[in-house]
Amino acid sequence: MSYISLSEKDKKDMLSRIGISSIQELFRSIPEDLKIEKSLDVPDPLTEPELVRWMDGIARQNSCHEFLSFLGGGAYSHVIPSVVDYLSSRGEFISPYTPYQPEVSQGTLQIIFEFQTLICQLTGMDIANASLYDGASGAAEAVLMANRLKSKPKILVAKSVHPQYREVIQTYTRNLNLTVEEIEFSNRGEVDLENLDEKLDSETSAVVTQSPNFFGIIENLDKISALAHERQALSIVVVAEPVSLGLLEAPGKLGADIVTGEGQSFGLPLSYGGPYLGFMGCCKEFVRQFPGRIAGETKDVDGKRGFVVTLSTREQFIRRERATSNICTNQAWCALRATIFLELLGKQGIKDLAVQNLQKANYALDQVARVDGVKPRFQGVCFNEFVLEFEKPWAEIEGPLLEKGVIGGLSVAEAYPELENCALLCVTESHTKEEIDRLVGLLKEVCS
Amino acid sequence: MFVTNMIREPLIFEISGKGKRGFPLPKLDMSVKDDLLKSIPSRKDIDGFPEVSEVEVVRHFTRLSQTNYCIDLGFYPLGSCTMKYNPKINEKLASKKEFLLSHPNAPEKLTQGSLGILKIAEDLLKKITGMDAFTLQPAAGAQGEFVGMLMIRAFLEERGNPRKVVLIPDSAHGTNPSSAHICGYQIQEIKSNEKGAVDVADLAEHMTEDVAALMVTNPNTLGVFETDIKKITDIVHSKGGLVYMDGANMNALIGICKPGDMGVDVIHLNLHKTFSTPHGGGGPGAGPVGVVKELEPHLPLPVIEEKDGILRLNDNRPKSVGRVRSFNGNFLVIVKALAYMLSLGPAGLKEIAEIAVLNSNYLRKSLEMDFDLKYPTPTLHECVFSDKFQKRNGVTNIDIAKRLIDYGLHPPTMSFPLIVQGALMIEPTETETKKEMDRFIDAMKNIAQEAKKNPELLKNAPHVSYVRRLDETSAARNPVLRWRETPSEK
Repeated sequence: MSYISLSEKDKKDMLSRIGISSIQELFRSIPEDLKIEKSLDVPDPLTEPELVRWMDGIARQNSCHEFLSFLGGGAYSHVIPSVVDYLSSRGEFISPYTPYQPEVSQGTLQIIFEFQTLICQLTGMDIANASLYDGASGAAEAVLMANRLKSKPKILVAKSVHPQYREVIQTYTRNLNLTVEEIEFSNRGEVDLENLDEKLDSETSAVVTQSPNFFGIIENLDKISALAHERQALSIVVVAEPVSLGLLEAPGKLGADIVTGEGQSFGLPLSYGGPYLGFMGCCKEFVRQFPGRIAGETKDVDGKRGFVVTLSTREQFIRRERATSNICTNQAWCALRATIFLELLGKQGIKDLAVQNLQKANYALDQVARVDGVKPRFQGVCFNEFVLEFEKPWAEIEGPLLEKGVIGGLSVAEAYPELENCALLCVTESHTKEEIDRLVGLLKEVCS
Repeated sequence: MFVTNMIREPLIFEISGKGKRGFPLPKLDMSVKDDLLKSIPSRKDIDGFPEVSEVEVVRHFTRLSQTNYCIDLGFYPLGSCTMKYNPKINEKLASKKEFLLSHPNAPEKLTQGSLGILKIAEDLLKKITGMDAFTLQPAAGAQGEFVGMLMIRAFLEERGNPRKVVLIPDSAHGTNPSSAHICGYQIQEIKSNEKGAVDVADLAEHMTEDVAALMVTNPNTLGVFETDIKKITDIVHSKGGLVYMDGANMNALIGICKPGDMGVDVIHLNLHKTFSTPHGGGGPGAGPVGVVKELEPHLPLPVIEEKDGILRLNDNRPKSVGRVRSFNGNFLVIVKALAYMLSLGPAGLKEIAEIAVLNSNYLRKSLEMDFDLKYPTPTLHECVFSDKFQKRNGVTNIDIAKRLIDYGLHPPTMSFPLIVQGALMIEPTETETKKEMDRFIDAMKNIAQEAKKNPELLKNAPHVSYVRRLDETSAARNPVLRWRETPSEK
């Protein structure tokens, strides 16, 4: 296959205008000893039908889609209206770049502005950015931002924050004279407030909490934020399952200073982990330290409304090493999908979606809790995920379920050695009652 | 309603109507607990959240789409961004249900296809760049830079001293210093010489045992190949430093030469540039990082490994710099890039560089009488003009860019690199047709004439676009960053 549009005559005419006789002459600035003698050692080209066959072949080695899955843990299976796929596949949305020239990018810019507004409404924050890479790197950016605002060396991260998010925070802070300490969780699966109280001191820049947390439990954000503020620390709230925001009180109303999270649930398929969508909002006082691109409203010379990329002096292409983040390319197209998803569902739809997740997951939890050999590990209220503790090792549960075509959940013992024989199960609106009942029936067989 | 410059598409919030719905959910099919909702901190309706029908959503986004310029529409010479055609088959392949429904937390034996895609993509990138190992984790070029610099730091730390300084040429992308900074390094700038290349003497002077690495873009942002690259990498290595190559401009080199042969220790690629994955209005991209084998132990987590014929994700690697994002990279972007590599093959990949460089030189030659070219050095895939000639009539690069919009063309990259005042950075890529480039050349030549005869025409441009010139200063001075319900609308 080739995507070149020049004819041989075009090439000849162009070379003649340049005043040379071969394309090779254009590469004279590259020393001969660096040039590849043979051709690249990559496979011979495939035509479209051959490429389709090849991809079909490798795709068949995936079987995940054939299973009834109760997997969550930072990646969620939710309904995706066909309008999202239809609109987002338009070339006018897929094939432009960053709106550097606002006069020919109003579509992209207005959509970013609408996305920012939706994120503000959901999180209860004053401002939001155009997107970050994902929830994990968003959490890390929030920590860096808090450190710039507070200039204190300690960050407290709840152990109930997604393990991968905590690892990414460690990676981003490692070389910046910051210490990251973890806060234990209680038997309810919530942040241990006493432990938080002990570790919070005047050297702490921020407390990072996730709600619903990795165990699916809804945290006491108001208490956590109040404790943080008592010691002049910021409260960073991470939302890995943003569908919860359709029902739960906005973190901004519960004292959060920065809210960041993962927007995958809003119209993005599981896609083996990416591309997903980091989002972030904060109080307007912090705007100068806010990372990422921001769209703003303005007027054109005729006085008509338009949108531009604004407050760019925070960004790397102007501020270089003093920028608030190194991010340039973000996840704009994923934010577009989230915007279509949220606008289509609307005020009632996002609430219904959240309520169904809560109700179905809690129905499943009730049913599963009656199975012998299974008990809920935590007593806190869960949103759409919960941790179960089994009498048998998880491998003895997981294997037989897989044989019956069910992915029962995610083992958590690797990340939490104290949660031996425990697994995290996720139930969303996409599960029917029959499917949940089928899981319960299978667990009865497997656990006894 | 077709969008014209007489009307504005309202914000979705402004067309909201109480009680309207665009996507009803199925009824809840199980018994529910009444007290459940009372036991949680629930919210009231979200103030101002839109209430619209499906038709309204479809029209809203379709109209907004018509106000965007895009590569499917025409020439998009945004220098340094490699705005090439995005093959449609790759979109289709990346939306196979086996990929879309592949859960990142699923047992590995259920996702061997996804892991296979990642493994094969890594192998091909190794062959294209001549590097020994790759990570596909980074979500974009800037995150690739961050990962690369973290690995350099980890490598040096293991040898006893992470060092303090990173050297960066003054022509570099802003992400370079920013990425090195969050790895805890101080930045020192290396001057460009009169040819627009790295000043080797200045480099030698700065290169001490305090220097961890040089970050070099090759070809650089002027489109100039660093002919002394071997000398440059030798100087850095002789003092125990490492060389990081920003591979944003790999489109000029693919199939022609390999960074691995130049003495480069770490490189990132931009799959959304060289490997044709769509830019999506600003992302997602992917910024894979290749390293020499000495740095392999420091690759970020997880690393794909093959054991007993099964591919696995290994996250137990004590020398790793750790995890830089959740899960397994921007997987669907990698599917598209892999499809691109497989469809082009060895000759097709080399043809990218050849035609991209031909196109760029054709534009350069055609415009060099009308626009100032600060550096006369031969260039590869892009060239950087300036507004020096037009400034005599008070016309800036911004005026030129805005006038191009009236001609139905996307402007070049503006005001970058910083070493060229009033820069107009043009990168046609291999995608462009000769007709489209000729249209651009004619427009630019006309604009050069207009600048002399009627500079006001340029200063007030664009004239016929959906919006006219926007006031960016007041946008920054009085930021309005979200819609708010005004009391009268309530």
